[in-house]
Amino acid sequence: MDAVIIQILNGLDKGGAYALIALGLTLIFGTLGVVNFAHGALFMLGAFVAVSVNGLLSLESVTLDPTKLTPWGTPAEIRTKLAEEWFGTFGTTLIDYSVPVSIVVAIPVMLLIGLIMERGLIQFFYKRPHADQILVTFGLAIVLQEIVKAIFGANSISQSAPASLAGTIDVISGVAYPTWRMVYFFFSLTVIGAVIAFLQFTTFGMVVRAGMADRETVGLLGINIERRFTIVFGLAAIIAGMAGAMYTPILSPDYHLGMDFLVLSFVVVVVGGMGSIPGAVAAGFILGILQSFAAMEAVKQYFPGIDQIIIYLVAIVILLVRPRGLMGRKGVMET
Amino acid sequence: MAQFKGVSRRTLLKTGAAAGAALATPVFFTRGALAQDFLNAPKGGTVTLGFNVPQTGAYADEGADELRAYKLAVKHLNGEGDGGMLSTFSSKALKGDGVLGKKVAFVTGDTQTKSDAARASARRMVEKDGALMITGGSSSGVAIAVQSYCQEAGVIFMAGLTHSNDTTGKDRRRNGFRHFFNTEQTGRALAPVLEANYGKDRKAYHLTADYTWGWSQEGSIKKYTEAIGWETAAAVRTPLGAGDFSQYIAPVLSSGADVLVLNHYGKDMVNSLTQAVSFGLRDKKVNGKDFVIVVPLYSRLMAQGAGKNVAGIFGSTNWHWSLQDEGSKAFVKSFGQEYGFPPSQAAHTCYVQTILYADAIARAESFNPCGVVGALEGYEFDGLGNGPTLYRAEDHQCFKKVLVVKGNENPTSQFDLLEVVSEVPREKVTYDASGPDFNPKDGKAELGECNAGK
Repeated sequence: MDAVIIQILNGLDKGGAYALIALGLTLIFGTLGVVNFAHGALFMLGAFVAVSVNGLLSLESVTLDPTKLTPWGTPAEIRTKLAEEWFGTFGTTLIDYSVPVSIVVAIPVMLLIGLIMERGLIQFFYKRPHADQILVTFGLAIVLQEIVKAIFGANSISQSAPASLAGTIDVISGVAYPTWRMVYFFFSLTVIGAVIAFLQFTTFGMVVRAGMADRETVGLLGINIERRFTIVFGLAAIIAGMAGAMYTPILSPDYHLGMDFLVLSFVVVVVGGMGSIPGAVAAGFILGILQSFAAMEAVKQYFPGIDQIIIYLVAIVILLVRPRGLMGRKGVMET
Repeated sequence: MAQFKGVSRRTLLKTGAAAGAALATPVFFTRGALAQDFLNAPKGGTVTLGFNVPQTGAYADEGADELRAYKLAVKHLNGEGDGGMLSTFSSKALKGDGVLGKKVAFVTGDTQTKSDAARASARRMVEKDGALMITGGSSSGVAIAVQSYCQEAGVIFMAGLTHSNDTTGKDRRRNGFRHFFNTEQTGRALAPVLEANYGKDRKAYHLTADYTWGWSQEGSIKKYTEAIGWETAAAVRTPLGAGDFSQYIAPVLSSGADVLVLNHYGKDMVNSLTQAVSFGLRDKKVNGKDFVIVVPLYSRLMAQGAGKNVAGIFGSTNWHWSLQDEGSKAFVKSFGQEYGFPPSQAAHTCYVQTILYADAIARAESFNPCGVVGALEGYEFDGLGNGPTLYRAEDHQCFKKVLVVKGNENPTSQFDLLEVVSEVPREKVTYDASGPDFNPKDGKAELGECNAGK
């Protein structure tokens, strides 16, 4: 029983990341009608915002100690973190909490990146076929990951959760689970809840939902739906960026991180139903949990390699039974 | 004595000598021509080597360090820098003036830790860049694929970091040589240390990278830990480069196992170990014993990536920068002065392979791959950091001491991450190449014939 609970929790935190990326993808597709293959790259950029914040907070001053020699005969280096030198224990705490702190930085940075992407490139492809959109956004994703590779290198860079959140927590008696993964799960629930509430209970959200349902009529009412949709693109970029930044203590980011998540997230969107926000969220968590169970030895001994294909297998079955996905709307991506 | 009319004895002798010389002349030239009758025979003043290393992917850290070592080896071969291990190497055939009068040049390729990409990269270096030898790699899957290509193409392959038994076992090739140790040697060296520290009554859960090295590593560790009385609870295969291993680690908690063996390397090991520790495995007590993690193949680079998570964890390594023999000290000094940090085991084996290849050319007095094969087979040497070493003729595997290491619990610097707990002597890690783990199930592995490419 403990094993089942742990696998469910594991699926939920993994599913949290899938759901957050799929949420943004669905928002962009539902509003702008754009199939954005660069969305994984936004998740990766968010992760590197966290890496950059940690790098900045951990800047060191280096002095040489001529009394101590390295094994290769040069004076040993004494490294002191500037944040600790300037701010004492507050500096130490700041470095320790660099990942949560990076969220504050990620929001404006990702908003800016999202707006530049949308205004600078994506807007010219609104009326082009989906194949063109896929090609241009995929190309953009490659450009972005190569830029990150050029700046940060090809190797993954490990990030630590704050010390107080780095251990395990007893979920129920005798079942311990990594605290940061639980934090990530609740973080994803909070963001998903906030986005849904924003779309459901604000005038802005109401207009966006109306635009998703019938863009032309909303335009005829004199509402500048284009500008709102641009803001939605920025919002999706923020969600992906925050999801990426918070995921860094779970998985050390490298330049390829976005591509690893992109394919899975697209499957999540398709399974959930193109353009359906609740569908994307539900499919993210369901597929995360299924992926976790498929990795269990008890399952793998009967179905070797099932952990590698489970998501795609489920996608095939769901699309055969429900061609529009779990909660897909009629008319979306249908001719 | 009969005399030919008009032809004196003196004239006959002169004519005979001239005719003999004339007949011998083509042989003279042919011999010279035959000496160059192999693929990518060096022309001009340089000989080109191909450094095929992972610059991207799960083993990119090792690849970057391999490339640093290769560049350093080229410098030393060409007489630049302090000469590094050339001064401690038992062979004195290399003089620091290139190889056989030619300067050493190099080209590089990215294996991407993918067999097809690595083969394509090696092919490009051989066919377009004229590389006479290919070396490098940080994955056994890649090493076996590239070794096979080099055999077909007719160039020498000096393997980089490859630890699977198969490289010099069932997939051995006449043109391929491995200095690095293998999983059989890890099993033989590590099991006694595990027994001494954790006892005979243990239950192990394996997480294994799902490719040739992982299978080989899992097989060797199971064989030698089961021999000391351990039970294997489960062995679960994980995809190479999976990133998030949490779904594989979570079931360990309820499996009843008290040991987790991570048959992972590079970025995979950093991620799986970090995640295993984050799941609180090291704080658990199972079956009345402290839960322990074992990482059979360690490297300083991995330890650096995993940080304090490695403390107290046992594993094995081919070489470590803290060794105090003259060869190791010379290499660490050269490398440290060049790059500002100590070399990894990947860097060491690649540096040594380059020196050994150049030395074999110098001793064979020929660039011909078959001459190099002859010079390396059964070659006994010393002074390159692992003590007296034999390049066994039978399978082209090096035999030397193996290090058992432990993650340092109180590191004194950012590089002081592993502590050498045992230097297992060569005779204890020497095995019979005709054993079942080193041959195909239905036959006997053969090196085959040397191929010089023409």
